[in-house]
Amino acid sequence: MEWVWTNFGLIWGLTLSQVWLSALPIVIGFVVSIPLGYLASRSRVARSILLSVGGILYTIPSLALFIVIPVVIGTSLLDPINVIIALTIYAVAIMVRSSADAFASVPGSVQDSATAVGFSRAQRFFAVDFPLSGPVLLAGIRVVSVSTVSLVSVGSVIGVSSLGFLFTDGFQRRFYTEIWAGIVGTLVVAAVFDIALVLIGRALMPWNRRATPNLARIVGSKRSLVLRK
Amino acid sequence: MNLFIEGFGWIFDPKHWVGGSSIAVRLGEHFQYTGVSLFFAALIAVPLGLFIGHTGKGRGIAIAASNVARALPTLGLLAVLILSLGIGLLPAAIVLVILGIPPLLAGVYAGIESVDPQTVDAARAMGMTELQILRKVEVPLGASLIFGGFRAATLQVIASAVVAAYFSLGGLGRFLVDGLAQNNYPEMVAGAILVIVVALAVDGILAIIQRFVVPTVSSGTRSTKRTARGGAIPPVAQSRTLIKEGQ
Amino acid sequence: MFNTKKKVLAIAGVATVAALALAGCSSSSSLSGGSGSSAKESIVVGSANFSENTILAQIYGQALADGGYKVSYKPNIGARAVYFPALEKGTVDLIPEYSGSILSFLDKSAVATSPTDVNAALEKALPSTVVAYKSAEAADSDSLNVTSEFAKAHSLVSIGDLKKAGPITLAANPEFETRPDGLPALKSLYGLDNVTFQAINDSGGPATLKALLDNTVQVADIYSTTPSIEENKLVTLTDPKNQFASQQVIPLVYKSKASSKLGDVLNKVSAKLTTKDLLALNAEVSGDKKTQQDVAAKDWLKSAGLVK
Repeated sequence: MEWVWTNFGLIWGLTLSQVWLSALPIVIGFVVSIPLGYLASRSRVARSILLSVGGILYTIPSLALFIVIPVVIGTSLLDPINVIIALTIYAVAIMVRSSADAFASVPGSVQDSATAVGFSRAQRFFAVDFPLSGPVLLAGIRVVSVSTVSLVSVGSVIGVSSLGFLFTDGFQRRFYTEIWAGIVGTLVVAAVFDIALVLIGRALMPWNRRATPNLARIVGSKRSLVLRK
Repeated sequence: MNLFIEGFGWIFDPKHWVGGSSIAVRLGEHFQYTGVSLFFAALIAVPLGLFIGHTGKGRGIAIAASNVARALPTLGLLAVLILSLGIGLLPAAIVLVILGIPPLLAGVYAGIESVDPQTVDAARAMGMTELQILRKVEVPLGASLIFGGFRAATLQVIASAVVAAYFSLGGLGRFLVDGLAQNNYPEMVAGAILVIVVALAVDGILAIIQRFVVPTVSSGTRSTKRTARGGAIPPVAQSRTLIKEGQ
Repeated sequence: MFNTKKKVLAIAGVATVAALALAGCSSSSSLSGGSGSSAKESIVVGSANFSENTILAQIYGQALADGGYKVSYKPNIGARAVYFPALEKGTVDLIPEYSGSILSFLDKSAVATSPTDVNAALEKALPSTVVAYKSAEAADSDSLNVTSEFAKAHSLVSIGDLKKAGPITLAANPEFETRPDGLPALKSLYGLDNVTFQAINDSGGPATLKALLDNTVQVADIYSTTPSIEENKLVTLTDPKNQFASQQVIPLVYKSKASSKLGDVLNKVSAKLTTKDLLALNAEVSGDKKTQQDVAAKDWLKSAGLVK
């Protein structure tokens, strides 16, 4: 344990690296998967294409992507951007399915009533579909967040600095403390991200305190929407 | 594009199908790791999932534990295990079991939970024991989601089994790691292609099995009424199944 | 739809994450040696993914820092196939290498084995963007090791003696199987045809050691300065036919950073570095003390009088 305190600078630096390398893919992945998921929820064809492509992308082993991406886009093999792009691809692959399901879970009756009241397509998306799909989107992004944080460590195999360094270095030196420091650090980062996401979700979706919102509550909050307009 | 052609070329080169590190051997190792891991993952996840789905207890803990399992960095876990246990099947299997449990567990309890509680109550009223309800009602009705969980777990394990290669175990990941060590891009790309093809092929086979063997009651559409537990199966159809069973 | 209070909360939440991410961004770019340079010239020192190389990188790097350079590190890059192209392009400026290994990486047909021959051949084989400075006396080469019981049982002294040990398995990094001075040389130089190969890619590290001690393999390629050889009383087989070329530590530098000032610092360090030093440094870092590589490097530099 002493080792952890003595080398806290190193651990902290690696942790920040991990945070940066995970946060970007999570955010970009989320943003990219929203329109794709919406498309998939609207059209059967789009859904099967997008989900199949997503499925294929997800099975590509991370190491393979880290190696092939620099060749394809011409960056240096050591550039962290390769890891970010690869993780974004995984994030989108996982998230598209979630967001497709999320948008599909919005009750048709609510969408119809929104149109009846006079919302345009765009207004309906932002005022109805997006907020109502929130809970499922949140669940999806939490899964993406957790797996992205854990995947970042694989980058250490090609020298992209993160907590993964503690695994390879600790292994060579038969230094259990170092490896455990890395494992715990990764779990802590994943936990912090998860808490942040839950808090953001609570702030943005005050009506959704229960795991599954029931219809009455949705209708109730919709009323306030309609009146405000 | 050139890379992919080279990768395919590497795969179809007959030289790579013979010897101790041939494609056939690595495929065998990969399936071995996958099979063993899925077996033990199922041994743990299925009873747990059935319990959680049926009684509704322990869901929070299960979700929390699953999240922790998903967050565990496989590289770190492998490092610790190999230092303690040495090179062998056991460290890789343990890691893969940990990776395979979350999707399987989620699929099982989601499947059980998706059954309309009214149907379960009806079964109880008819005099079925809890175990009978599980066996005759909840599992058949939730089979689609349960099998979906199994498919997700299989995909996860096949894709993740490449980590075994980081510490010189076997499996298709070896082509990636050995190729990297020798700057052999065709070998690396070949390894990636093989993993993808195998994962998709197995998933495809499972999809076919699901279509023909696993009973489904209805497919979800936008306007499907949602029950209190979020299931998509209309109560009428479930009761019909129940009546048939109860005869 | 959102009242102002919730809006503020949400923005605050997002801002926190963004701030964290930016903090990570700026500090990791300083970790990886960003492009901004002040009055000092900046050097990016890289190292391979094994501990000794990290120590060497620290030694050269800290010496340069003491000599007035702004040094940053990119440690634990994977295989040579990854870090050497980085050096060629200037993504890293300095890599501590081993003369024989880098020679055979650059020129697969190289046959030089003695230190002078290897260094001369290396001079010719290096690409135009990479410069080599003086090699150190310190050497860390592949060495084939067996347990003392196995050596006694079959009276093994040199690599050639393995012929009488019956069917045996040898563990080494995956590239050993195809490297010209690896498995092929065992056959061509020593006439060994009783060897099965088992790849273990931890460069003679804990997994390889365990396999050797458990008798999963009978021979293991463990780098000569690894403390585990002495710790476990392993017997290193002699190499009279020079299967393994000289592997002296030699710093390779990206051309645009090469200068006589840089050369001076590096050569002074190399002049003092001996194989015994490497053994001691490795024992410090991987043995019981578990000293961090940078601390071990600093201690050595101080005791060698190279830094204040």
